[in-house]
Amino acid sequence: MKVKMMYFASIRESVGISQEVLETKSTNADQLLHEIVEKYNLALSLEHIKIAINEEYVAFNTLLNEGDTVVLIPPVAGG
Amino acid sequence: MFEITKGLISHDECKNRIVDQRAGAIVYFDGRVRNHNEGQQVTSLEYQSYEAMAVREGHKIVLEALDRFDIHQAFCVHREGHLQIEDTAVWVGVSSSHRFEAFRACEYIIDEVKARVPMWKKEHYVDRPAIWVECHRCSDKAHDHNHSAQGCSHE
Repeated sequence: MKVKMMYFASIRESVGISQEVLETKSTNADQLLHEIVEKYNLALSLEHIKIAINEEYVAFNTLLNEGDTVVLIPPVAGG
Repeated sequence: MFEITKGLISHDECKNRIVDQRAGAIVYFDGRVRNHNEGQQVTSLEYQSYEAMAVREGHKIVLEALDRFDIHQAFCVHREGHLQIEDTAVWVGVSSSHRFEAFRACEYIIDEVKARVPMWKKEHYVDRPAIWVECHRCSDKAHDHNHSAQGCSHE
């Protein structure tokens, strides 16, 4: 299936792009996270990463659907 | 009720968003860019947001405050882009009949914004390379540990 990945902050700088359409065999958010980490050889503290699908925080076992917009959320730092 | 802006935040314009004839108290928080952090001299801050989700999550937080506290109006705006020392980065304002609820609601909103709204800041320093701040303590003051942002940490 295809999903839209968006990247922000430190992750954007590491992957070198702000977004992409990704053809993936991952079926849930956790698998996709690990796929991205491997693809870009990211040095992330996974325990601090959250995932959003279609603009909502989701649990890591959330299933992916065709066309989802997925964002890896590093620790937020607003304010 | 919650906005992201690339322009300067005007205190007077923000205050107009929360006026209410029932209100005897107006409490606001004006979060500024300071010139130091954890022993380092900071020269500027660069804010980036996942804007669509940030606005959505920010709206939820303000609605939660209106639901939890006996207040009349609430408004929050956060800046994005490259900010300089003393610039306002975030502004939160609440109006209520009496001060106690306004103080509590204002604190609730800023604490939740810092814990949940997908925004990031890159700190620029006098004498070392800029870094993205990873605030692992920012959710320590979040008020409800059952909300969605808290329930999805990596297992």
